[in-house]
Amino acid sequence: MDTSMLITSAFVLMAIAFVIGRARSLAIASDLGGPKALNSLPVYYGTLMAMWSGIPCLVLVALWSVVDDYAIAHIITQELPEQVKALPETELNLVLSLITNIAANNAMGLDAEPYVINSANRLIALQQTSNMALTVVCLSTAMILMVLVWLKISPKMKARIKVEKAFTNILLLCASIAIFTTAGIVLSVLFESIRFFQSVPIHEFLFGLEWSPQMAIREDQVGGSGAFGAVPLFVGTMLISAIAMTIAVPAGLMAAIYLSEYARPKVRTTVKPLLEVLAGIPTVVYGFFAALTVAPFIKESGGLFGLDVSSESALAAGLVMGIMIIPFVSSLSDDVINAVPQSLRDGSLGLGATKSETIKQVVIPAALPGIVGGVLLAVSRAIGETMIVVMAAGLAANLTLNPTESVTTVTVQIVTLLVGDQEFNSPKTLSAFALGLVLFTITLALNYIALMVVKKYREQYE
Amino acid sequence: MKDNTMNEPTDNVATNIEENAFSGQTVGTPLCDDAKMSMRNVNVFYDTKQAIHDVSLDIGKNEVVAMIGPSGCGKSTFLRCLNRMNDTIESCKVTGDIKLEELDIYHPKQDVVPLRARVGMVFQKPNPFPKSIYDNVAYGPRIHGLVNRKYDLDEIVESSLRRASLWDEVKDRLHSPGTGLSGGQQQRLCIARTIAVSPEVILMDEPCSALDPIATAKIEELIAELSQKFTIAIVTHSMQQAARVSHRTAYFHMGKLVEVNDTKRVFTNPEHELTEAYITGRFG
Repeated sequence: MDTSMLITSAFVLMAIAFVIGRARSLAIASDLGGPKALNSLPVYYGTLMAMWSGIPCLVLVALWSVVDDYAIAHIITQELPEQVKALPETELNLVLSLITNIAANNAMGLDAEPYVINSANRLIALQQTSNMALTVVCLSTAMILMVLVWLKISPKMKARIKVEKAFTNILLLCASIAIFTTAGIVLSVLFESIRFFQSVPIHEFLFGLEWSPQMAIREDQVGGSGAFGAVPLFVGTMLISAIAMTIAVPAGLMAAIYLSEYARPKVRTTVKPLLEVLAGIPTVVYGFFAALTVAPFIKESGGLFGLDVSSESALAAGLVMGIMIIPFVSSLSDDVINAVPQSLRDGSLGLGATKSETIKQVVIPAALPGIVGGVLLAVSRAIGETMIVVMAAGLAANLTLNPTESVTTVTVQIVTLLVGDQEFNSPKTLSAFALGLVLFTITLALNYIALMVVKKYREQYE
Repeated sequence: MKDNTMNEPTDNVATNIEENAFSGQTVGTPLCDDAKMSMRNVNVFYDTKQAIHDVSLDIGKNEVVAMIGPSGCGKSTFLRCLNRMNDTIESCKVTGDIKLEELDIYHPKQDVVPLRARVGMVFQKPNPFPKSIYDNVAYGPRIHGLVNRKYDLDEIVESSLRRASLWDEVKDRLHSPGTGLSGGQQQRLCIARTIAVSPEVILMDEPCSALDPIATAKIEELIAELSQKFTIAIVTHSMQQAARVSHRTAYFHMGKLVEVNDTKRVFTNPEHELTEAYITGRFG
């Protein structure tokens, strides 16, 4: 039986176990005066039995499939002739992969040396044995456990508590998947960055003023001198984010104030979802909007004032990114403004303050920590944004603060460094990891600050 | 919102008495000669639901009028009409005449800002702004432009805090946040904030319901002092409090004003059997 069949039969067994367990508990209960005599509901007995029969079996399959290949390869290696075993590791690996290939596709390699053919046959035999063993072990474990649970079912058995405990652990497992993935990503980025910093000194990367990630493949190549100074990228990122925030913060905040303080309920229930639609537009759509509509418009209107605007400008990317972020700012600010207690507004209005005085002097100061939190989250969104910048701001790593020039950002460079065929060991490719690491650190710090600010705000009003 | 329970019977006794005995005509002395505020035939609606039925009442100058009644009887709603705080509730509609001396406060051209400077309000839950103690008190004078110089503002803050008998407790920490005070201190801060704009009338909406007995005693003492200078209308759940602080007491029942009399009379010899039923604890 192959693995997928095995897993399917494990699930079938679980279903059977559930039915049997439930029936068993009901049968026991009927002698004692109905299901009320049981400690738990009959479904819990069924579920408990299903879990005992299914989960160990599935875990066994998973473990077996991990260990299986290594074990078989080890046995094959041990059985190879002495002179082959003495080969260097790389050649030994070649022999092993030849054996695996022949085993997987019997017609091939009939002209191979006899010991290879022998090993291949041995490999097929071993795999069959392993499969057989797995099937037998799994199914018998499932059956035995099923019988054991069946025997243990009694009115006093606390099935519900056991099932709920098991489910708690399953939930914990699911929660830890995200955490382990994050940790894995961080570690892989970290180690690749360390490799990068072995070829490019860290101070050169962090403080260098020139970015041109070309490495010579041959010694005598022209124009192959790489420069890995990340400052232009970070300046570009900050420039575009700053433009985006100068659009998004005032617009978003005022939209939030209008929606939460002035708009009639009917307007509010219509406008708020519409505004949030902006957040649902794919960034690539914003990207070509920026590149094909906004950038030429800015170039032309710059021309009217005698300004020389490049056709890919930080301004175009920043403007469109700002519009994209408006719903973030407005939605988060709207929530915190609504969370300001009505009693504070009443207190201010009761003193004869006008609505706008109340908003300016009481509501906004009270909501400020939450608003700051929302803005910081929006900033980390702006810093991480890629698509709009790729399309509208260009790839040239100019070190400039002039918004009419073409700049590039960290995320855009990561994309261009890793797109296409790349040599994995060159500093050019590895520098993407270093950029990613720094970017990750920055957004993590921003998110952390944002969360702390928001938390502080919550403590104040609950 | 309390007023949602308006038409539900508070108690069977109450409903029976209501059906049998209350004609809708207020008994006692709802009107007076020296009225600071006078209300005539006031009706309040939330959408189509009527919360106040045809209430007429005078509040005399330097008088403390207590409004009592079971939950949802409309006493808070009525109080909030007196400085148009109900304007903040969209569905709320007020008809009838409410006058502050000669000023028709519900006149379409009447601006609520100067009105609320003349008729201040203290709320049920202490609601200091998330600002310093000083800024809380200075808030009103600042928005009304009552003073130009820092020195004058300091003086208003000090005298308001003194009159709210809070000065001695906070004079060393005027610039620490008002939200850091205890509940009773916060409520006195709110009273100081209200009197800093020198209103003529102060409305108090259950000002002690969130406070402990000692803080309550302090506020009640304060009300007695304030009545020398201000006219006060206070809504309260506590009949003892009404008996202690007020000159006249108005008993509301299901949106109607049942009886208004001298406080002593209401609590010793009520004119209406509904009032008697309420103060003897048969319902409410």
